[in-house]
Amino acid sequence: MRAVTWQGRHKISVETVPDPEIVNPRDAIIRVTSTAICGSDLHLYDGYIPGMRAGDIVGHEFMGEVVETGASSTLHRGQRVVVPFTISCGQCFFCEKQQYSACDNSNPSETRDASELMMGHAMGGAFGYAHLTGGYAGGQAEYVRIPYSDVGPVVIPDGLADDDVLFLSDILPTGWQAAVNADIEPGDTVAVWGCGPVGLFTIQSALLLGAGRVIAIDHFPTRLALAKKYGAEILDYTKVDVREALAEMTGGIGPDACIDCVGMESHGFTVDNILDQVKVKLLSSTERIHALRQAILACRKGGRLSIPGVYGGFADKFPLGQLMEKGLTVKSGQTHVQRYSGELLDMIQAGKFDTVSLISHHASLEDAADMYRHWHDEQDLYTKIVLKPGLAKGAVSALQEMEHA
Amino acid sequence: MSRSKNDLPDPLILAAAGAGIAVLATGAALWQRRRHRESRGQEETIATDAPHWTLDKTSSRALFGKSVLINRPRAELYAAWMPERFPEFMENVVAVDDLGEDVSQWTIKAPAGREVTLVNRITERVEDTSIYWQSTPASDIANSGEVRFTDAPAGRGTYVSLILAYDPPAGKVGRLAAKLLQREPEVQARRDLHRFKQLMETGEVTTNASPSARGAESPAEPHI
Repeated sequence: MRAVTWQGRHKISVETVPDPEIVNPRDAIIRVTSTAICGSDLHLYDGYIPGMRAGDIVGHEFMGEVVETGASSTLHRGQRVVVPFTISCGQCFFCEKQQYSACDNSNPSETRDASELMMGHAMGGAFGYAHLTGGYAGGQAEYVRIPYSDVGPVVIPDGLADDDVLFLSDILPTGWQAAVNADIEPGDTVAVWGCGPVGLFTIQSALLLGAGRVIAIDHFPTRLALAKKYGAEILDYTKVDVREALAEMTGGIGPDACIDCVGMESHGFTVDNILDQVKVKLLSSTERIHALRQAILACRKGGRLSIPGVYGGFADKFPLGQLMEKGLTVKSGQTHVQRYSGELLDMIQAGKFDTVSLISHHASLEDAADMYRHWHDEQDLYTKIVLKPGLAKGAVSALQEMEHA
Repeated sequence: MSRSKNDLPDPLILAAAGAGIAVLATGAALWQRRRHRESRGQEETIATDAPHWTLDKTSSRALFGKSVLINRPRAELYAAWMPERFPEFMENVVAVDDLGEDVSQWTIKAPAGREVTLVNRITERVEDTSIYWQSTPASDIANSGEVRFTDAPAGRGTYVSLILAYDPPAGKVGRLAAKLLQREPEVQARRDLHRFKQLMETGEVTTNASPSARGAESPAEPHI
């Protein structure tokens, strides 16, 4: 089959590789019909994720059609499914508590040691995201083996297009959990840092969960325009002092909840090494460390801080005293996708989310290398890229004609 | 006589002197710490509740212990811990042969593609609670151990602890070499215990077997 592979920093290539095989009774194999490039795939692209090996198949946002099932799989051939990016067994202590991304079984014995050494405990498994999260092949490919297929995949009813439901794999539940973690009370003012795809779903989720107003912070005009379209008030941080604006918009007390959808470009170690790498990219690094610090200082006393943004290690100059003295509540973590899949699918069917208008481009799987470059270099023009294994090479279509904010 | 470059201290000598001072200082600090610890040890009166296999420094332990939480009832796990099932979750165990009278012979993968044979006798069984064993003189490696099953609180299942002592072949150097080759008994025991957990909780041993663009790998075999 054809698959998108990581070959090194800023080196993505589409290669012919062996097809996956059923290995365990609960496995299923799907033929991928749509797969998106995630913001966190840029961490791999930039070489910040330790434990990547040349030749790894990437991609963790994907859906497709079931083509083969193991003896204990509950799926049937021909079903359309969206696959959560987290691999979860459904039977360990954590899965029973619905903390699916903390699954204690999905990271195999061979790969969990390094993960445990780095984090204190081994992380759960994930598709296409390096060997610290299990070393599983990703979904930017024609076929994927799905472990524990009786627990993760969401069966999609007829009549829903791929674009309507694809983001159930990661960014929609991630945005939803970010808003749930902000413990929003009716009428709250919620500030969201970062209007990438996760930030855009966080905005929609916060409003659905009862926020009175959402204030979104970014600097790309297209992304700010999308935030506005989804109901947020917007701040371009290159044009205003964000903290002053937030204080003045809230009678001086600050937002009730602050959500960091930016994250740190680094996912990894060694700390000094990563910091050095980040410092090379001076703008992004200072900006991103800055976002969390700014959120803590901007948040009202006794407010809530939710961190869906990806961080990898030890942070520098973290405002711990400010966090404590202001009495903030912090919630964070990788997304427990399986916990939210059902209710979010219902909400999509009820028309509560706009899951489509943030997609800027559809392209062939064969054009993945170009698409990674665009996704990395042109974040204003490319707001979300969906790859289709079925399209012919070069069949790129830009969908979005967005007026600037 | 004019001043030549040779009068200046050679940077290498300077560096060596610096390194020497650092080594001396580190040695002195360690010696102090050890003396401090020894004198404190004599005054030690407070009992600890930590498991006995966690006492002392990691590097000076002769004993290895590892516990995992398994979300299954204690009796079920005790019953499943039987030599017939070991090859299902013990990756380094090639075969376990029952020699009768609670003695079993284990063929185990060792570093550099070799195999070693352990001959162990079960010395005590406490129903649903623990199994103790001790190697016999016929064993290639002297070893002893215990697997212990304890109820976890609040219906969480069972804590399973594997406690293992062994006499490393070729001493500490051999142990380090085996560790580097991923065939060290501690590494293997830890991984096997996790495979036992996977098998008992999910019904299968987790594998990342999947395709890659690396020619040598099979999509049906796990990889590091």
